[in-house]
Amino acid sequence: MNAQPYKPSELLICTAARLMEDGTTAFIGTGIPMLAASLAQRMHAPNLVPIFEFGGTGAILEHLPLAVGGGCTFHRAVAASGIRDIVETAQRGFVEYGFLGGAQIDVYGNLNTTVIGDHDHPKVRLPGSGGGNDVGSHCWRTIVIMPHDRKRFVQHVDFITTPGYLTGPGARERAGLPRGTGPYRVVTTLAVLGFDSISKRMQLLATQPGVSADDVAENTSFELLLGDRVEENPPPSAEELRILREEVDAEHLYI
Amino acid sequence: MDQADHLGKRFAAGGEGTGEELVDSTLELAGEAVSPEVVRILESGIGDLIQPVDLEAFRAWNRAKSKRLEDKRMSEAEAVRRFVRDGDYIGTELYGTVRCPMSLVHEIVRQGKKDLRVAGQGVLELDMLLAAGLVKALDLTYIGLEVYGLSNCLRREVESGRVERCVEWSNASIAWRFQAAAMGVPFIPVRSMLGSDTLKYSAAKVIECPFTGAPVALLPALILDVGLIHVHRADASGNAQIDGISGFAPELARASRRLIISAEEIVETEVIRQRPDRTTIPYYLVDAVVEAPFGSHPGEMCYRYERDEEQIRRWVEASKEPETAAAFLQTYIHGVADHREYLALFGEDRLARLKCKAEGGVS
Repeated sequence: MNAQPYKPSELLICTAARLMEDGTTAFIGTGIPMLAASLAQRMHAPNLVPIFEFGGTGAILEHLPLAVGGGCTFHRAVAASGIRDIVETAQRGFVEYGFLGGAQIDVYGNLNTTVIGDHDHPKVRLPGSGGGNDVGSHCWRTIVIMPHDRKRFVQHVDFITTPGYLTGPGARERAGLPRGTGPYRVVTTLAVLGFDSISKRMQLLATQPGVSADDVAENTSFELLLGDRVEENPPPSAEELRILREEVDAEHLYI
Repeated sequence: MDQADHLGKRFAAGGEGTGEELVDSTLELAGEAVSPEVVRILESGIGDLIQPVDLEAFRAWNRAKSKRLEDKRMSEAEAVRRFVRDGDYIGTELYGTVRCPMSLVHEIVRQGKKDLRVAGQGVLELDMLLAAGLVKALDLTYIGLEVYGLSNCLRREVESGRVERCVEWSNASIAWRFQAAAMGVPFIPVRSMLGSDTLKYSAAKVIECPFTGAPVALLPALILDVGLIHVHRADASGNAQIDGISGFAPELARASRRLIISAEEIVETEVIRQRPDRTTIPYYLVDAVVEAPFGSHPGEMCYRYERDEEQIRRWVEASKEPETAAAFLQTYIHGVADHREYLALFGEDRLARLKCKAEGGVS
């Protein structure tokens, strides 16, 4: 296949967009999730309902917001409320997907966006939870989007900002988190990963175009399970790239 | 009437007769081997409660606040001088790039109000307080530059230890803590933060729910010394209306002992009275009303003006080093007397262009 050249960010956006289902609710942050949602709305998911943390529900994503509370997050939306309404809606079980990023992730999908090093004497002070912990606690299925390397895919995160499966099977429920929630997919520059239904450990489902399972393993600090059949994702299509470049981010704010 | 009277008599009768018996039997119960039911605390966050929860003092404070519809208009300088003190616990709303009280924050920096404890959910506004070295402790959920990445000011101030305490929370948890204060209750049960280090390094507690038996997180009420909110319109007494999303303004307003409102536009009270349903912040919560057109600059104000990307990027660059950050504060805050002079640095044409872009409700 003669694929057009594309950037790693474009690959992440297209891969994440394909995971967004029509007619569902998705908790969207700025950056790649936002671009992916906009692309999905224009491709296969015109009825995707994007939900933004500070109050926007059901926006038509014609313009790209640079902030989670920006005007575009409720542009032609069906409702403009506030942060409590949005997170309480997720807490009641209304929100299917939540999209997150992070500086570190471990084998159980626990995420760190708080500190590198010791909390009280950090090597790097990161922004903190933001809405990440709320999204990862309440959405039915959390999808994490990250670049893939050994520094990010670590044996133990320095700080569990947002709970994945914590220490393994049953741990979320024992902690009191809503039943049946947790990380669903991890979309990276090298692969799409999921979680084994029994052990809750991360497993390789598909590689990105031109990437081998060995490449993925080499760039991961913990032992990855292999799915039953590891497929190779198709590259971004010409149509996806055209819409992304000409419509979604015509001003090249992100890509 | 009849029913109320009847209930009143029953209540009075109970007080005289059976009431005392109840008191006696309670005492007996306490003395005997009947064990009272105990709610189990499963986990306690190790973070400090950097603002104590004093509901009785809050009630007394609120009782003493003026309930008159009086003219509270004043300048940023007067509002900050009168209502913000060194060491205060303050909170801002919404975010540094969106409907944020930037003219008020600039004035806090200008007056050098120091040793502040801050509800840490912000972008440019908290970045500038950090750059000015005015922050001593943070209830921290997010401080960063959004699409422009990490906050170098946060990194410098926390990694050096100049910010002495960082207590962790999630975004909604901070809003819920304001909501508990707004409700006048000491804590609020939620299902965020459970199982995480965010909870471990917070001041929350996890208990076994007395109704379901499941673990539930209790977040302590957060009562601010000073709240700062920028709105679309307010009248002179502080009745305030916000267009678009409300963020966490209703909660923060009700959780504040002193509340400073800045507004794009001051309107007659009659305008408020025509659409009272749109008032999210009633006047009696408010101590000061500051007229501040472009008060959110360089952030946006939905339906009014777009964010000033050039100026935001200037801060992103300047904030990378302490010297350039200080020079930025000198030019845009210390070097001008007030918000009017600040806006003059940009000129009417540029501000008008930001307005044009915001037309049609697309900000």
